[in-house]
Formats: sequence, C-alpha cells, structure tokens
Amino acid sequence: VTTTASPERTESVTTPRPSRRGDRAFATVVRVAALTILVALVAVFVFLAAEGWKGLTSDSATYAPFTSFAGYIAPLIVSTLLASAIALVVSVPFAIAVALFISHYAPRRLGAALGYVIDLLAAVPSVVFGLWGGRYLAGYLQPAHVLWLHDHLGFVPIFGEPSPNGRSLFTAAIVLAIMILPIMTAISREVFLQTPRLHEEAALALGATRWEMIRYAVFPHARSGMVAGTMLGLGRALGETMAVAMVLATTPTTTLDVIGTASPPTIAANIALNYKEATPERQSLLIATGLVLFVVTFLVNVAARWVAGRSARRLAR
Amino acid sequence: MTTGIMHISHARLPRWAPVLAGAVALALAGLPALLAGWGPLKWVAAAMVVFLVAMPAWSRVVEGRRAAVDRLVTGLIWTAFAIAVSPLVWLLYVVVRSGAPAINTEFLSISMLNVIGDEQGGIYHALLGTLLITVAAAIISVPIGTLTAVYLVEYGKTSRTARIITFLVDVMTGIPSIVAGLFALALLVLLFGPAFRAGIGGSIALSLLMIPTVVRSSEEMMRLVPDDLREASYALGVPKWRTVTRVVLPTSLAGIVTGVVLAVSRVIGETAPLLVVAGATDGVNTNLFDGRMTTLPVFIFSQYASSTPVGYQRAWGGALVLIALVMVLNLIARIVGRMFAPAQGQ
Repeated sequence: VTTTASPERTESVTTPRPSRRGDRAFATVVRVAALTILVALVAVFVFLAAEGWKGLTSDSATYAPFTSFAGYIAPLIVSTLLASAIALVVSVPFAIAVALFISHYAPRRLGAALGYVIDLLAAVPSVVFGLWGGRYLAGYLQPAHVLWLHDHLGFVPIFGEPSPNGRSLFTAAIVLAIMILPIMTAISREVFLQTPRLHEEAALALGATRWEMIRYAVFPHARSGMVAGTMLGLGRALGETMAVAMVLATTPTTTLDVIGTASPPTIAANIALNYKEATPERQSLLIATGLVLFVVTFLVNVAARWVAGRSARRLAR
Repeated sequence: MTTGIMHISHARLPRWAPVLAGAVALALAGLPALLAGWGPLKWVAAAMVVFLVAMPAWSRVVEGRRAAVDRLVTGLIWTAFAIAVSPLVWLLYVVVRSGAPAINTEFLSISMLNVIGDEQGGIYHALLGTLLITVAAAIISVPIGTLTAVYLVEYGKTSRTARIITFLVDVMTGIPSIVAGLFALALLVLLFGPAFRAGIGGSIALSLLMIPTVVRSSEEMMRLVPDDLREASYALGVPKWRTVTRVVLPTSLAGIVTGVVLAVSRVIGETAPLLVVAGATDGVNTNLFDGRMTTLPVFIFSQYASSTPVGYQRAWGGALVLIALVMVLNLIARIVGRMFAPAQGQ
C-alpha cells in the first residue's frame, strides 16, 4: 500500500492543475450570473427612481386635473386597493374550496388532472381576459349583479349609481379575482397535501366527519400557507394592468363608487392608458407612480414569502 | 323496537342518496324552468340551490347534525369547483367562436399597413414582432437563469448569498409586468432620450419576468440529478466545471428545456410592458434596436381600443391565435418533459 502511495500522490498533484483555472473561471461566471439578479432588482429601483424623481416635483400643470403628486396618485391608490380588496374577498373562498376539492374531495386520479385545468387559467394571457371581460362579462354582470348590488346594497357608499354597460371597477375586480385564483389555489393545495397523514387518520379514527377532520387537522396545519397564498394573490391583483385597463371606462375623479362609469383607474391601468399622450414630464410622472407600485408590491411579496418560508416556494409561479 | 340489539353505529344514508337528491333537485327546478322558460344555465343553478338545501336537510333527519354539516360542505366545495372552472370554459368557447371567422390566410400573412376602415387587415407584423422580441428575451434570460441555477445548486448551496438570491428570485416572480416595462423604458430614456422606443426594450422587460421562472425550473431539475453521477465523475478525476457542463446539465436538459418553454409561453402573452416600451405600429419592423414594434397582445389591445366592429373582430382573431400559441407551447413543454424525463442514470 505504501509503495503505490507516492506515484498516486504525485499524479494527483500534477493532473488537475491545468483544469483548476477552468474551475475558477466557471465559478466566477456562475457567481456573476447569480449576482446579475441582485443587480437587476436594484437597477429596477434605481432607474425608476432616477426617471421618476422629476415626476414627484413637476409644476402643477403636469398633474392636471390635480395640482400635486399626492393629489394625482391618491384616487389611483384608492381604486387599486378597492379593486384588489373586492378581488380577494371574491377569490379567497373559491381558492380554498378548489384547493380542498383537489386535495381532499376529488377522486384521487382526477385530482392531478383537475389541478392542471386550474393551471390553464393561469396560462390565458391577461389581454384575452381583458377582451372577454370587456366584451362579455361586463354585459353579463350589468343586469344580474351590478343593478342588484345598487338596489339592495345601495346604502353602502361603494355601490352607487350603476354603470349602464357593466364596465365598472367591480367587473374589473371580478376579472382580477379569476386571474389570481390559480396562484392562490396552487399554494393552498400544496400545504393541504402536506398535512401529516397521521393527523388526518387520527381525526377520522376518533369519529370525525371529513369536514371536521379538515377543520381540526388540515386547516391549523395549513394556516400560514393559506395566508401566504392570499398575499401573493394580493400582489398579483395590485399589479395587474390589462384586465383593468380594458374593462374600465375611466375618468380621473375621486369616487368610492365601484359599480359606476366614473371610477379612477388603478395605478397600473393608469400607466397603460396614458403612456401615449406622455410628454416627458407626464412620462416621468407615470414612472413615479410605477415606482410607488413597485415598492408596494415588493413589500407585499417579501411579506408573503416570509410567511410562506421555503416550503411553499416551489409552487408559486 | 328490538331492545336487545345495541346500536353502535348510527343510521347512514345509502350511497346513492346524493344521486337521488340530485335527480330530484333537477326535476324540482325543471318545473319553474319550463314554466318561466329559463335557459339550461339557470336551471342547473336553481337545481344546485335546491340540492344544497335538500341534501343536508335529509341528512339532518336521518344522520344527525354533524353529518348534515359534512354533506353541506361537500356540496359547497363541488359547487365552488364547478363555478371556478366555468369562466375558463366560457372564455375558451367565446374566443374560439368569435375568433374563428376572422382567421384566413390573409389575416396571417399581411400587416395593417395602409389598411383603412373595414378592409382586410392582418397580424403578420405582430406575429413577427412577438417572435423577435420573445426570442431576444429568451437569449438574454436563458444563460443568466440557468447559470444562476448552477450557482444555487452546485456552488452556493446553503450559503448566505445563495439564500438571499433564492429569496430575491421568489420576490421577483411577483414584480408586476408593467413595472418591468417601465424599468426598460426608464433605461432606454436615460440612454437614448425621451422619445426612443425599440423592440429590445420589450425584450429586456420580458427577460426580467422570465428569469425567475427559468431559475426556478432549472434549479428544481438540477437538484434531481443523483449525487452518484457527480461523485462518479469526480472519482474519474474530472474537474468540477466539466462535471457540471458534461454531466449535470445534459442530465437535466429536458427539464430545463421544459422550464424555458413554459417561461416563454408565460411572457408571450404579456401586454403591458410591450405597450409601454415597444409601442405599436402598423407596418413590419424587423429591427429590434430601432423603432416601434407591434406584438400580438399589443395588436389585440389596440384593435380592442379602436371600439369598431371590425376592430373587435380582428382582436378576437388575434386572441385565438395567441391562445393557440400559448397552448401549443404548453403542449410542447409537456411532451419534451415526458419524452426525455427519465434521463437519470445513463
């Protein structure tokens, strides 16, 4: 053994030497690629800030019909929050029910296929959702729901004078609800499936019905995942552009009425609708609103990921 | 009453009870449906409501409160799933029905240049723009994405930097697409002046949206490569970088390709960033680095925004082509993934 050791050692010292340089070069390339991601995120912030800065303090004519940046963006923020809130209220129960259906109710073989059907919803481009929302869903929702909301819940300030063609912030929020359903379902489904088998079987063995088993074994285990999924859905709803831009007929007024014709657009939709008439000052203003949107969605996403931890991360596309 | 027998299990409804209740609900709802002339949709909706009331009520009488609640929840969850799927079915049906009449060879082979009023227009320029911008986006994001994945799997592992980058990739998936577009716009404006628009800006914006998806899927695939393969390679004296490029990457290639195709299918339908940074034009533009460039989603939006019957018609035609493209890409991704999936242990 000792006699063969010395030639081996000399060989192991000599042969890898030329390739070390290759190793070092490759490691550097790979590191640079990884750091590019960091740089890109910082660059998004820096460039938006550099261009948007001017938009914060232009002369007051830029903000017409308002007079300051705060006045310009306030109605947009209100609309964004209202639309996202309505979308979440509509979508969360469905997301949880659909996730439960796939994980615990559907026949096992069907489960995976049905999950794929829901994922198909995520594959539909947002512009097609907008087209459908503006041309079909709005007309469908107008008599059935918008009028109904006005007649029965008119005392709530957000259900004011109904839009004659159904193209309102409410309809846009319904489209948003459909669009954020897949991601919320995907996350909830995953955490439901991760419930320890033994907990479920123990609950059933104690005589729990299926619903009681879900309430006492699955939900407590999945709570943080459900919260994370909801927050990711919120992030999507805040930033979704085309569906809102195409469904909404907008005017720059301040109103809380979500079923009327005169709602201000969301921040994202406002950018898409006004980029054309942009003078350099207006362009800076739009970029400044984009910066606000970026910071808000970034924080929402960071919070969501922080809640979800690493376990759910594979699934959020 | 037979007092001698102990009942250790309580009464249960027979297995066919939900089917019977469903049939009865349909029949009950059918009566007003016939009288008032409802469509099939209203009829089924009414039947669902009847079922959701009748089934738990029956169960309450026979099986008790807890079982009745269980039946109610089961019914609600099935109903919720049916309602959640209905927009997808409705949307696909509408796109095919409204889009099909618009599609002909001219629609696919001419641009909108000098098309006035109701003349036949086409999407050729938009298809070309989508192709160029998306390919450029893939060229930017695939190397960065896969190499980042290599870093995370082979080099960074559980280090602090790797964890930070993983977290940032996750957060990056949530960047609104319009913000990506504004970033590309701000970049071009700073470099070339406020009126500059070019297709490459769209590619930059799209690659920002593509990179996280590519990193995620490549990382996932490389983690599946068994350590045996790596160790066998090291044992033969092969240096690490050759092991990665000759063993790990080829083994996970199918999965990476699947991930890239899925990422492409996701960004090919992006509208907002391209609207802002690449703009729209009626003619063919094949130069990525100069001038406005129309893509298919932007074409759909601008035709929709024209609010004319023929505009709507063209928008639906474009939507059908776009949906078909996305579905075909999804299908290719699945086929590639399945055909080359068991690449382990060659």
